[in-house]
Amino acid sequence: MRVLLFGRLGDLAGWRERAFDPAPASLAALKALLAGEDNVLGAALSGPGVQAAVDKTIVRGEIALGAVTEVAFLPPMSGG
Amino acid sequence: MIRLSTEPFEPGAELTAFCAGRTESGAVASFVGIARADAGQTTALELEAYPGFTEVEIGRMAEAATARFALHDVLIVHRHGPIAPGEPIVLVATAAAHRREAFEACDYLMDYLKSRAPFWKKEHGPAGARWVEPTARDLDDIARWD
Repeated sequence: MRVLLFGRLGDLAGWRERAFDPAPASLAALKALLAGEDNVLGAALSGPGVQAAVDKTIVRGEIALGAVTEVAFLPPMSGG
Repeated sequence: MIRLSTEPFEPGAELTAFCAGRTESGAVASFVGIARADAGQTTALELEAYPGFTEVEIGRMAEAATARFALHDVLIVHRHGPIAPGEPIVLVATAAAHRREAFEACDYLMDYLKSRAPFWKKEHGPAGARWVEPTARDLDDIARWD
């Protein structure tokens, strides 16, 4: 499974894409794993306005990651 | 049509092509967003997109606008990657039977792009780089349509 970090999250972590094999069981388990490695990133992932997209669909709440290929963490968006 | 581009685009040529052959759309409205220099405080912009997701989400916004304002057509061209001051970042063009719908849809789409389109924007300047997030005004602007 791939994890992607966008915007300021990628700068904070010092990476923008990483593979996790095997995939953590759930989104909460993935966040706990990332927070365990890097508590600054962990706090940012739970910060205001940060959304998660699982296989390019925004997910609210918990989800199992067993059959998932990509999880992306998205800070507040701004185009235009 | 939704198009993301890492290359500069020419808004006039895009608009000419968008208007061509229309015999039923009495109105085309357009907006061009341009990267500001902010009196030297911004030397470059960098827009990050999420390929495969950004286009789909903007497509959903365009569909919502089409239904809400009875549009005949929508064109959105959006840059990503490095952008120099003075270069167009975004073009929105809307075609409708009459002007009011075309104007309003253009305004609505820009408000959505500003605070809900999946882009992340970094401003580079003499004082360093910073990520730009939607401002209070951007959030007030989008709330007008809820």
